[in-house]
Amino acid sequence: MPFIEVTGVAKSFPAKGGSRHVLENVSLTVERGEFVAIVGAMGSGKSTFLSLLAGLTTPDAGSIRIDGEPLTSIRHDAAFVFQNYSLLPWMTALDNVRLAVGAAFPDLSREQQRDRAQKTLERVGLGNAVGRRPRQLSGGMRQRVAIARALATDPQVMFLDEPLGALDALTRESLQGELARLCGEGDGRVTTVMITNSVDEAILLADRIVPILPGPPATLGTPIDVPLPRPRSAAVLAHDDEAARVRTHVISTLTTALTGRSRTRRAAASMQKHGADVSELSIPVAGEVP
Amino acid sequence: MKRLVNLLLPVCGIGLAVLVWWAASRAVPDLPSPARTWEESKIYILEPMAKRGEMDQGIARLAYFSLLRVARGFLLGIAIATPLGFLLGVSPLLSRMFDPLMQIMRPISPLAWLPLGLVLFQKSEPAALFAIAVCSMWPTLINTMVGVRAIPQDYWNVAKVLRLSKFTTFTRIIVPATLPYMFTGYRLSLGIAWLVIVASEMLTGTPGVGGFLWQEYNSLVYAHILLAIMTIGIVGFALDRLMGIAEAKLRAA
Repeated sequence: MPFIEVTGVAKSFPAKGGSRHVLENVSLTVERGEFVAIVGAMGSGKSTFLSLLAGLTTPDAGSIRIDGEPLTSIRHDAAFVFQNYSLLPWMTALDNVRLAVGAAFPDLSREQQRDRAQKTLERVGLGNAVGRRPRQLSGGMRQRVAIARALATDPQVMFLDEPLGALDALTRESLQGELARLCGEGDGRVTTVMITNSVDEAILLADRIVPILPGPPATLGTPIDVPLPRPRSAAVLAHDDEAARVRTHVISTLTTALTGRSRTRRAAASMQKHGADVSELSIPVAGEVP
Repeated sequence: MKRLVNLLLPVCGIGLAVLVWWAASRAVPDLPSPARTWEESKIYILEPMAKRGEMDQGIARLAYFSLLRVARGFLLGIAIATPLGFLLGVSPLLSRMFDPLMQIMRPISPLAWLPLGLVLFQKSEPAALFAIAVCSMWPTLINTMVGVRAIPQDYWNVAKVLRLSKFTTFTRIIVPATLPYMFTGYRLSLGIAWLVIVASEMLTGTPGVGGFLWQEYNSLVYAHILLAIMTIGIVGFALDRLMGIAEAKLRAA
């Protein structure tokens, strides 16, 4: 039985003059321990989908089951990493992580909670910065704290909402490697669903890539396997034939979805809605594909 | 050079005001000149803690009584307003329910509340505290409420995904996120409390700067009115500065 089972989910939001259908008839299965990346342009409904999976919002139609149980609210064993870190600025890195540990393991003594938070921060390479507040940390370090906060609760399933999206290219690359290491280590890997707009990031981290085909309403494309051995590194993947094949596959799926339905009209509409984000729509430019 | 100018400009401003005062005193015979005011008031300033009679006391002593009264009324006011602010901030239902009432009660003058306080409590001291508390609570209430509503969705999401208990959400997220707003409220509330004290002391005739002012008016010692006015201004300014420093410390932390 799959760990996560999404069947025929739809979601719409009230908008001017009716409602806006963001997702329609979305189905997906994720096996235990699997890392699935959902790739798509900005504003395509990725975040909405992840909020549904995490139990932050409820679908209008369809069902979501995790570990055999219907999803009713946020699960005890789930962890979430937000794109904008969402650290509490009045707490040190350690206290931010401790807050999560305390909520997840209320039976541990304060001492044990502290230890656990400290160890998790060491795991993400922040052993020396535990006493600093978010304001005194760089963007990459903040996201490490956010990742530590998620890992510290020993989750069964992790939801990553463009975890590296707000970082500069260099930091992003180094954290990708880190994330690949953290997600691959330990016995029994954590089931992870990640949203990203970077195809290469998805290839580096995921077992399977699910393209999200822009709507509205958006739907999910056929999942694409990433049959690459681990550990993976960005440098190696850049010249790997198999990786290139996957990349081409993902990109062509996304572009076909775009060109399939009058690309110019959609791009114009998207530009009105999302402003500068329209550049994201042109990631899959044919010229970049090897 | 720039610092010197920054120091000199306010001095010039005050000097100008004294000049206007002096000119006015030439035109209005009842208004004491700056020199006469000093002459008649210096005993209050040079012996600030002296006690010669019920109202005839050093100016620092009178200010101390007023401050004590303000402190109690202010603390009472914010002790009521802060939890109410949190409640109204968290609950849209309650805030819709009480918003009109708040808007109606906020502009009521302390002079209007005081008689009601006297009716309710029979004595002047609790009536004064009542008037101070009722008048000074609004900025704290409204700022706390606004502060709670201004908490970014991100923080609520953190509370949600970490499954924090209501209590932990309150102590670890809502209170720290609202603290800067609360302190702005406290600062404004203290300013109002200090405004109210004078009015309430004048009406109830209790010893303090306001009571002194009113008594000296009734005994036609106009120089002491000016002394009381200046004391009220300086103390109020000092209070605001102190709260400002506390607020800045808090924001930096």
